[in-house]
Amino acid sequence: MVTRIVVDPVTRIEGHLRVEAMLDDDNRIREALSSGTMWRGIEVILQGRDPRDAWAFAQRICGVCTTVHALASVRCVENAIGVTVPKVAEIVRNIMYLTQLVQDHVIHFYHLHALDWVDIVSALSADPKATAELAQKVSPHWPKSSEGYFRDTAATVKKFVDSGQLGLFANAYWGHPAYKLPPEANLMAVAHYLEALAWQKELVKIHTVFGGKNPHPSYLVGGVPCSIDLQSDTAINIERLELVRSKILEARDIVEQLYVPDLLAIASFYKDWAAIGEGVGNYMAYGDVPQNGIADVAAFRFPRGAILGKNLGEVLEVDPTNSDEILEEVGRSWYRYPDGKTALHPWDGHTEAHYTGPKPPYDHLDENGAYSWLKTPRWKGHAVEVGPLARMLVGYATGRPEFKEVVDSALGRLGVPASALFSTLGRTAARGLESQLAVGWLQDEFDRLIEALKNGENSTANTTKWSPDSWPNDCKGFGFAEAPRGALGHWIHIQDGKIANYQCVVPTTWNASPKDAQGRPGPYESALIGTPMADPKQPVEILRTIHSFDPCLACASHVYGPDGSLVASIEVMT
Amino acid sequence: MATSPILSPSLTTYELLRQHGVSRRQFLSFCAMTAASLGLDAKEVPRVVSALETKPRLPVVWLHGLECTCCSESFLRSSHPIAQDIVLNMISLDYDDTLQAAAGHQVEQIRKDLVERAKRGEAEYVLAVEGNAPTRDGGVYCTVAGETFLDVLRETAAHAKFVIAWGSCASNGCVQAAAPNPTGAKPVHECITGKPIVKVPGCPPIAEVMTGLLTYVLTFGRLPELDRIGRPKMFYRQRLHDKCLRRSFFDAGQFVESWDDEGAHKGWCLYKMGCRGPTTYNSCATFKWNGGVSWPIGSGHGCIGCSEEHFWDDGPFYERLANVHLPGIETTPQTIGVTLAAAAGAGIAAHLAGLAIQRARSKSQAATEKANTNSEMEV
Repeated sequence: MVTRIVVDPVTRIEGHLRVEAMLDDDNRIREALSSGTMWRGIEVILQGRDPRDAWAFAQRICGVCTTVHALASVRCVENAIGVTVPKVAEIVRNIMYLTQLVQDHVIHFYHLHALDWVDIVSALSADPKATAELAQKVSPHWPKSSEGYFRDTAATVKKFVDSGQLGLFANAYWGHPAYKLPPEANLMAVAHYLEALAWQKELVKIHTVFGGKNPHPSYLVGGVPCSIDLQSDTAINIERLELVRSKILEARDIVEQLYVPDLLAIASFYKDWAAIGEGVGNYMAYGDVPQNGIADVAAFRFPRGAILGKNLGEVLEVDPTNSDEILEEVGRSWYRYPDGKTALHPWDGHTEAHYTGPKPPYDHLDENGAYSWLKTPRWKGHAVEVGPLARMLVGYATGRPEFKEVVDSALGRLGVPASALFSTLGRTAARGLESQLAVGWLQDEFDRLIEALKNGENSTANTTKWSPDSWPNDCKGFGFAEAPRGALGHWIHIQDGKIANYQCVVPTTWNASPKDAQGRPGPYESALIGTPMADPKQPVEILRTIHSFDPCLACASHVYGPDGSLVASIEVMT
Repeated sequence: MATSPILSPSLTTYELLRQHGVSRRQFLSFCAMTAASLGLDAKEVPRVVSALETKPRLPVVWLHGLECTCCSESFLRSSHPIAQDIVLNMISLDYDDTLQAAAGHQVEQIRKDLVERAKRGEAEYVLAVEGNAPTRDGGVYCTVAGETFLDVLRETAAHAKFVIAWGSCASNGCVQAAAPNPTGAKPVHECITGKPIVKVPGCPPIAEVMTGLLTYVLTFGRLPELDRIGRPKMFYRQRLHDKCLRRSFFDAGQFVESWDDEGAHKGWCLYKMGCRGPTTYNSCATFKWNGGVSWPIGSGHGCIGCSEEHFWDDGPFYERLANVHLPGIETTPQTIGVTLAAAAGAGIAAHLAGLAIQRARSKSQAATEKANTNSEMEV
């Protein structure tokens, strides 16, 4: 008998996403569908507007990875009108970008992903003394690891549970057989859930210094809006810079002494997940963190490239401006293209909603028709995964020593082969390893900023192309950012100083895309196939793999019969 | 507005804090800080103490519609009280799909059970809405568990004690409602009827404004005074322009003329760079952001007016304001307040006209600027 389950919404993600899948007799997932169930039409709204305003609109695509859409947007406008940003502005952008990357990854691990691996109720039976010993072993230099500290944490959890008001933690999967951590590891993770919650608001103060607020700091076409003037009491001065530096140091401690040790400690109990959730086996990164201007791709700290079929022996060149490489299909999406076209490069892209799904309220989507508000992007015809794992693999395969060092070190500590990277566990681990690189780079970028200021370079804006009168009448641009969730691209077409067309292909569109014209599944759909479920009524395993991609949507999951018909709709309740 | 009955027998906030290792002294200090952040007189501190000593945690259902989750992210950034205090000690966040441990049916069941119990008078909850509802084409542009968000919103609002509209999406429509509003997105007050709605606009709202509202309601058991469009006066009474650090430069006619110019280095007024401070009501200039570190104008970019209605269609953002709207009249009769506000508005209009005349006299003015000058003079 084949079972079909429904999980909607999948929580601890941003936005609204739905996944439908089929389970075989042995409770393994045979097939899955991933469906975005929200569309806002921001690309349509951008048409006809001033390109210099686009960053603010595009930034509102996502308030979790706030900043990366603004960055991709100003870069695409700058690319179109032909303006380069001053060196100091590029460094400030790098600092803001890396700040976002680190903050987002830590929040994802502790507040969105950890509860897939950590059983809060089990923490109640932990021995605080043994927990302190474990914590000191896992991270010898982290100061908060006394027996008393964990006794307090245990008391916090107990009183919360005893209050009878479980709030966010009600009706969850506590006690599920897929949870493998001993009580002490669970208690340690819960304590650090709270530590990370208290800390995350600190790192973003870097955005507030340079961009005035977080979420949604200010950006500017041609540079950054803040001025840096060491002799001014109102511009960025030494007091502001010292605030930034102090937050970078804190971030380094959090990543190196809390996040990565916890990640590796937890991963060591879940090595079976190094063989689950592989996905499409193709990876792509646009690269980011320029060191010598946006045009010098070879100098990026995150290299650009693609890997096909898990072949780390070859990194393929990627050109997002080549109309033959990236195409978006809409055959399985609720959109239509003009003139019966089925696939378009983003510069020729078209966004016209055309809902053909079931009338709400509905039980399941039509897996044979269109089933998502996400389009289906493909690179040279391949479904590719984007995100931390893709970036780490491209860096590793490119032969960058810093990538090899962190990856090989983690593999060694876990005692797993490189093939373990192609998995749910590998995806989750890559996020932590990337954060290790990023906190180091944050310090490097800050040092570069100080060095530039020492040399008298402090220009933050290139205003030569500020006036639309200075732009070509008709121009196109591509902008990108390696968002926390992966390769993000914005393509703009400007005519007579206004936006004629604006298309975004966001990381979650690559990863959560529906099937393509050949019926090939996207990375989420592919990664779920073969996943064994201990109890189909409690979809912890689906959450693990979906969360390992860090979705920027809210999602749902169904499990279908082999012919796609509903065999049993299981109301999942505790 | 009574907010006190709770779902199940529970410890008071103070008892919980005590059991979480917070001392009486720390607790009193927390109460004093909370009172201060709400702009309350020192003599009100005992009421805050009393409220947190006696009131159980307030059940909150937090829905997400068409939005970007920036409101949730902002909420987590709160400095006082911090997010942990709120979620563990002050409210019972019973439904929030961004942070909830459970998923799918398990989480939807929590919401449906709570609504059902409230319907029977056995429970009370507050509905917090982040985002808004698409209304075009039967609401298909946002569905949760196969239901349209519009239906989920209406069902949940029907039995809520009151509704909080977090952010500009829920309050005003925000970016997805900007022209041509492809999904027919509508703010909360256009989707539901018969419930008190507190609007907390901003994209996102300031963290301490969000948590301050909750603390106020928990402390006093009622909603704060609202202005004529439903915003708490305690946070949205002030125009940024009137509290701006750069205001003296506006008055002196010293403006940033180009990004990173001398004026930018000296902190001069950003009005000519398109700043919406003169028409924006929010607490940015007083509270600032992220624990008081800075705010957009403080960091060199003009305000884009993100807490104002239709601000996305009031652009382009870098084109300076051609006129300044007068403040509106509030529903609660406050003759003096209205008079003062109107006077202040007229003052700005006259001020801008004066500046415009100065500019018109300047030989350095470009022809295009003269066009703007003319429109300003019509203010």
